[in-house]
Amino acid sequence: MKLIVTRVLSVIPVLFGLCVLSYTLLAMIPGDPITAMLGMDATPEAIAALRAKFALDEPLPLRFISWFGHLLIGDLGRSIQSGRPVLSMVMTAMVPTMQLGLAALLISLVIAIPAGVISAARRNSVADYSVSLISLAGLSLPSFWLAILLVLFLSIRLQIFPSSGYVPIGEDPVGALRHITLPAITLGVAMAASTMRMTRAAMLDVLNADYIRTARAKGLPFRRVVWKHALRNALIPVTTLVGLQLGQLMGGVVVTETVFAWPGIGKLTVDAIFARDYPVVQGAILASAVLFVFINLATDLLYATLDPRLRKRA
Amino acid sequence: MTPLLAAENLVKSFSVSTGWGKPKRFYAVDTVSISVERGRTLAVVGESGCGKSTVGSLLLRLQDPDSGSIRLDGEDAMALDSNGLRRFRRRVQVVFQDPFASLDPRERIREVLVRPMLLHRLCDRPEALKRAAALMEAVGLSAEQLDRFPHQFSGGQRQRIAIARALSVQPDLIICDEPVSALDVSVQAQVVNLLQDLQRDTGVAFIFISHDLAVVRHLAHDVAVMYSGRIVEQAPTRELFDNPRHPYTRALLAAAPRVEIQRKSHVLLTGEPPDPTNRIAGCRFAARCPYVQDRCTQEEPPLVPVNAAHLSACFFATTLPQVETLPDTLPGTSASARMAAYRRARDRQTQQAEDI
Amino acid sequence: MAQTEQNLLLDIDRMSVALGPPGKRVRIVRDVSLEIAPGRITCVVGESGSGKSVFAMSLMRLMSDDISEMTAEKALFEGQDLKALTERDMLKLRGSRMAMIFQEPMTSLNPVFTIGDQIAEAVQLHQKVSAAEARKKALAALQSVHIPAAERRLDAYPHELSGGMRQRVMIAMALACEPSLLIADEPTTALDVTIQAQILALLMELRERSGMGILFITHNLGVVSEIADDVAVMYAGRIVERAPAASLFTDAQHPYTLALLAAMPHLGATVERLEPILGRMPPPWEEELGCRFAPRCPFAAPECAKLPPLREIGVDHHVACWRAPVEDLA
Repeated sequence: MKLIVTRVLSVIPVLFGLCVLSYTLLAMIPGDPITAMLGMDATPEAIAALRAKFALDEPLPLRFISWFGHLLIGDLGRSIQSGRPVLSMVMTAMVPTMQLGLAALLISLVIAIPAGVISAARRNSVADYSVSLISLAGLSLPSFWLAILLVLFLSIRLQIFPSSGYVPIGEDPVGALRHITLPAITLGVAMAASTMRMTRAAMLDVLNADYIRTARAKGLPFRRVVWKHALRNALIPVTTLVGLQLGQLMGGVVVTETVFAWPGIGKLTVDAIFARDYPVVQGAILASAVLFVFINLATDLLYATLDPRLRKRA
Repeated sequence: MTPLLAAENLVKSFSVSTGWGKPKRFYAVDTVSISVERGRTLAVVGESGCGKSTVGSLLLRLQDPDSGSIRLDGEDAMALDSNGLRRFRRRVQVVFQDPFASLDPRERIREVLVRPMLLHRLCDRPEALKRAAALMEAVGLSAEQLDRFPHQFSGGQRQRIAIARALSVQPDLIICDEPVSALDVSVQAQVVNLLQDLQRDTGVAFIFISHDLAVVRHLAHDVAVMYSGRIVEQAPTRELFDNPRHPYTRALLAAAPRVEIQRKSHVLLTGEPPDPTNRIAGCRFAARCPYVQDRCTQEEPPLVPVNAAHLSACFFATTLPQVETLPDTLPGTSASARMAAYRRARDRQTQQAEDI
Repeated sequence: MAQTEQNLLLDIDRMSVALGPPGKRVRIVRDVSLEIAPGRITCVVGESGSGKSVFAMSLMRLMSDDISEMTAEKALFEGQDLKALTERDMLKLRGSRMAMIFQEPMTSLNPVFTIGDQIAEAVQLHQKVSAAEARKKALAALQSVHIPAAERRLDAYPHELSGGMRQRVMIAMALACEPSLLIADEPTTALDVTIQAQILALLMELRERSGMGILFITHNLGVVSEIADDVAVMYAGRIVERAPAASLFTDAQHPYTLALLAAMPHLGATVERLEPILGRMPPPWEEELGCRFAPRCPFAAPECAKLPPLREIGVDHHVACWRAPVEDLA
């Protein structure tokens, strides 16, 4: 209990730091939304007027304070380009990204955990070597390359899956599933490779433990020893890796979403950066960061469920 | 005469998180005073968690005590500047239980032995190399083995290397933390003999931290018995083993397995040491003590002299029943006759080997 | 040891175990013969590298077949041929008829499951009872090893217990299915002496109560003297001396046994110097030329170049030495 509360509370200063950092960093990037909007030939008067309108003429700390004040009441400002509220844009984009992330995670775990366990339990067997080879391939393939291959074969040649686009799950569940498959595989495979290697290493470690010998001495069949006694312990380090990976996923999402025209946070960020749409870039980065922080939090809490040694007396 | 190393009233506590409330203090070492003279061996014995290893690390100045003093040759070792601390570190060395964990696996033995000498600027490198070779011989290894890595040695040999490393800077005191506990008896005997020879030849003093009473009996001049962070009894070795004056010492002696013809039916010590986060009133051993009285649970018995050199922290130290002295092993059996024959044959063999 | 064959729990004749990948196997255990009767405690004593733990593990067939190979003239457990049993058959024996406890109580329990679950698991597996029934048996097992507040401990995790308590849990787990043979591999080596004494007493009490046989592996002759009915001394993979405990200590014959006794420091007697055994134990891959102790033995003679068989030298007292008895040789 105490662990959970402390851990949750510790998120607050992290989030504030994130706000400060992302705001100042973005403000220091060269390039100006005003020039982007008005073009190179705009009169100085027009520029000044627009600057004043968006309060861009005030000093940075003041701008931050007012931005942060608005943030606290859920106001992220409006997009310079479209004039829509940033908060709703970010929220809309968040849903497809989270769907994609979860699907990718699912795919990676379904591939990686059994493969890792089997290759550790049958060390140096054909199965072990093939799994290692495949995972090496998965690690070395760039994700945009895999994405292009998938599109070429599965959608253009075989026409099983659509090559891009997004369908909300509420409108057409089957269509949604078909649309999410390729981007999810693209992201999932990259994750699966390292999760698999981690699972294998952790399992090999655990299989040498004294309590595995104890479990076998009890007369448990080897399968049960592996899948119950060993895996449960091996999952502890694997969880850390998966949590970190999910965080890094936010980076992979940018490429994948762009390739598959997936209207998520990644695509929103890229589009906003090209448009020098400060408030949207700001909001999107903040949203990604918040997501990252919460994924880490979830990982830590999961950790405590898996490892009773981390639970304090309730 | 000032003792070589004297520690007084050492206290070391750690905080233990207990969940919501205020963290508790766990007193690993609670008001412990010990001292050792030049060329002597003081053993600190006790079971795991009694604080003996913490005492060792306090004496090594690896940790700071909460309170108390440590003096080396009368000089305050608590207020040393970095130079002073380096001098202290040279004079007080350490040998740990697991020599493998304390040797860098990628480092040749030569470097292991030479570096401390250079670090403490005792001599230049050529001289250090010469001394390293001599040290290897001194601990019963050969100079050719200097090129090897730690994994190429057996457990007993690694422990010799650890001892050689400690000796390389000509210390006055070596603190040995369970140095022979991980070794087989035949190898253990070699290392114990080595320690005794080194003491005889170099006059180095030892603080020997151990749970093995038989080894302590053999090696130590004085013994301090620790229980739950405190010293409960302290005496010259012979006196302590022949005439133990604390119920805990007696229980330890009774529990130690030994080769006997008649199987003994000793009273077992029940229970386990108290939770160290509760600083209980009264004697810490009271809950397990077969001689416990009301008084024991109310006030804490101080460590006071029973006779000249013998201290006990038991209210009833002088009135405890007599203990039967421990019998010699297997006297008068054909096994002992054969052991005598074995010794004669072995000595003759060694003699012949030396003659040739 | 005067037991009829049918009565024997364990009847091993010339068992050898080789470890390593096929083609590169090294014989760790060589021609070990041992009998254990119900209700007897047999100690196998030896230094590290003597092969005593490998012997114990191979009785349970706990080492996988691709890295180990066991051969024997005879290897019977309760009349069943251990050599002929399939892994499937062994699963039925392990944890139910023969059980094992280990040296490291701190790491031998799975950290992520409760004590109760770990004990009940074996009960459920072997006795096909309901989860509730298994939990009840787990509680009874914890009580039988005198764990205070056993009911509460069922839901405790291993890290919440002390080393001594964990070893009690290990014993409870091993005994939950009432095995006829308990193999204990250095179960008290990692424990403090007062706790060790408690565990030894517990094992003797349980043996008394259930009539099981115990194979107790140790390096400590003092422990042997406390607990053993019969003793086998192992050196470099072979049993060099085997005798009832009383006879072994009063009438030790083999020079290695004598050397071990001489090397021990004693609580009672003070000697000037301890007596190490000179030289080292030959590694298992070294070719066996005659008696393996001969290079370290002060009584070695030309005949020791031939491998000495275990021969009976007293009542149930066997020694593998050409030169025994040695008292008049020096």
